[in-house]
Amino acid sequence: MAKKFDIEVFNKWCKGCGLCIAICPKKVLELSEQVKSTPVRPDDCIGCRQCENVCPDMAITIKERD
Amino acid sequence: MAQVEFWQGNKALAMGAVAAGCRFFGGYPITPSTEIMETMAEELPRLGGKFVQMEDEIGGIAAAIGASIAGLKSMTGSSGPGISLKQELLGYAYIAEIPLVVANVMRGGPSTGLPTKVSQADVMQAKWGTHGDHATIAYAPSSIQECYEITVRAFNMAERFRQPVLVLSDEIIGHMREKIVIPEPGTFEVINRKKPTVCPDDFVPYKADDDDVPPMAAFGDGYRWHVTGLTSNDFGFPTNEANEIDKKATRIIRKVERFREEIVEFKEESMEDAEIVIVSYGSVSRSSLRAIRELRKQNVKVGHFRPISLWPFPEKQIAEISKRVKHIIVPELNAGQMVNEVERAVAGRCEVHRKNLLNGELYKPDEIMAFIKEVA
Amino acid sequence: MPREDVKKLLRTKFMPHIWCPGCGHGIIMHAILRAIADLKIPKEQVCISSGIGCSSRMPGYIDACTLHTAHGRSLAFATGVRLANPDLTIVNVMGDGDGTAIGGNHFIHACRRNIGITAVVMNNNIYGMTGGQASPTTPEGAFASTAPYGAIDPTFDICKLAEGAGATFVARATVAQPVMCEQILKKAILHQKKGFAVVELVSYCHTQFGRKNKRSRPMDNFNYLKDNSVMKAKADTMTAEELKGKIVIGEFVNIEDAREYTKRYDEVIARAQKA
Repeated sequence: MAKKFDIEVFNKWCKGCGLCIAICPKKVLELSEQVKSTPVRPDDCIGCRQCENVCPDMAITIKERD
Repeated sequence: MAQVEFWQGNKALAMGAVAAGCRFFGGYPITPSTEIMETMAEELPRLGGKFVQMEDEIGGIAAAIGASIAGLKSMTGSSGPGISLKQELLGYAYIAEIPLVVANVMRGGPSTGLPTKVSQADVMQAKWGTHGDHATIAYAPSSIQECYEITVRAFNMAERFRQPVLVLSDEIIGHMREKIVIPEPGTFEVINRKKPTVCPDDFVPYKADDDDVPPMAAFGDGYRWHVTGLTSNDFGFPTNEANEIDKKATRIIRKVERFREEIVEFKEESMEDAEIVIVSYGSVSRSSLRAIRELRKQNVKVGHFRPISLWPFPEKQIAEISKRVKHIIVPELNAGQMVNEVERAVAGRCEVHRKNLLNGELYKPDEIMAFIKEVA
Repeated sequence: MPREDVKKLLRTKFMPHIWCPGCGHGIIMHAILRAIADLKIPKEQVCISSGIGCSSRMPGYIDACTLHTAHGRSLAFATGVRLANPDLTIVNVMGDGDGTAIGGNHFIHACRRNIGITAVVMNNNIYGMTGGQASPTTPEGAFASTAPYGAIDPTFDICKLAEGAGATFVARATVAQPVMCEQILKKAILHQKKGFAVVELVSYCHTQFGRKNKRSRPMDNFNYLKDNSVMKAKADTMTAEELKGKIVIGEFVNIEDAREYTKRYDEVIARAQKA
């Protein structure tokens, strides 16, 4: 069974720059009305961590689901 | 047996630094102060200390500040143009409260000026050279013995008050050779900076003790803290809060001002019954003393007051003197710098005579005798 | 919040940081923190030094021994820190103006000395904090507030400068390769025992540079860097003409048996004490 991941976005640090949204190969993230990155398709996450590593505000953590 | 040497002033200054516990020197060659760094290059590695010849004057003071932050008693030295170049980082050490000794062997200026000739024209630069308010401590030696001893004192003050302290030597004192009796280690005071006693997580790096001086950790000691040239709060982080800015700006001046009388140093000769007083410092004071001793033989009631600490200026002492003498003569190798402080302290109570020499030479005793005779 | 070991290296009370949304400098700070976390260096033994400018704000956010110095002087300060305590791990961050204009002399001499410091040049081709003035890496023809008709000054190649000046580890990546940044940084930090390591991390300033040069969104710049990066191995097979406008990334210098400055100074101490 494919691994599942949790995408945690810390809203207080997210400045809504959209880099994570653009870089995600699975289009998991979208910008919310509050201009924060929000996982809208978390089940599609493949755990590549590109969003986590690119986040200039260190607002994202990807955790493997137990 | 006491060790007696025949040393040059610059060497004595460097050896005094080493005796005070200086273990780092960062600098750049410049006349007439180079012998200080040459002595350091030779002496420091013998004691496990570090000497680095940097790529420029600014690098020299920067490295010295860095080494002080990492725990070593540190020093830089220069003259004229080099001291001008160091001014920004001198300010850094004032605001970040980093102990540091800066030797300035004064030469003629402005700019390249007179590299091999004496001057005393950096007195006001010592006070106001870097931008922004701060309290200056500067000592001017007038003998080879004093080059050694005053540098020890400069380190003690730098470590005690956590700030730069200047040694304002001059080309004559720096290059002159005379007898020096090396004080035995243990016979003079050596002050080391206060270290924090709290555990690292409770450390508030700029929270001052009752004496207005915060204990200082060294990088690598187990404490984590932030050093910045920005105006910071007690936690060491930049602030724009008016009350925090005021607290820092006033404390770094107050920490020195309130101990002014402990920092001030001066020497008097033949002052008991003096009606005329020469106020001079550094190399000029040597000519003054010769003149005074000659004229005393002729029963001229002349005395000498020598500020050793040019900053803080011994204004209280000068004010007292002005109440009982008729004339104060201030010969200086500049267009009139310290004399302004003298006039301020005298406040019109006696006559103050400005004597200024700008030709790159030292006042001769005869010339000073003539000044005294003019008013006697 | 970042992963736990990275978060522990942050002074979280100051977050979010001062940099603009999407700023490349944040990507660099993140990569530096991951590198330090992965190397498991105790933070009490880490010194982060900086000069003045956008890059210089980084140490304030890192929970270590942090040293925010004067414009251009960070490497000279760090040289003193390193000599006084050779056991510290020193990561010195600077901008392109900070490191190669006002601090250019300190930069080349730190390279020459081969002193054990990891120097990260966060190159965004502009003076960002003061409002977008041209720097020594602003490309010819690009616009800046002090080059309103296009820059005419030729640029520095920071890696070639470092190599020529004697740095014993030199590498480049762009923020469009965050993992490569992290990997290079790890090697560069470990290289401190052997000497001076220069890592040029090509960043971007969409606010000050991008606005004037048709790359005003973070992603425009990110894609620009990604699309124009060429790995060194491939670049070696390309002509000068083909390489025009490209950013060559990878490791350029890695001298394994280099002798670090403070170790050489220990030999001076031994000689002085023997004499």
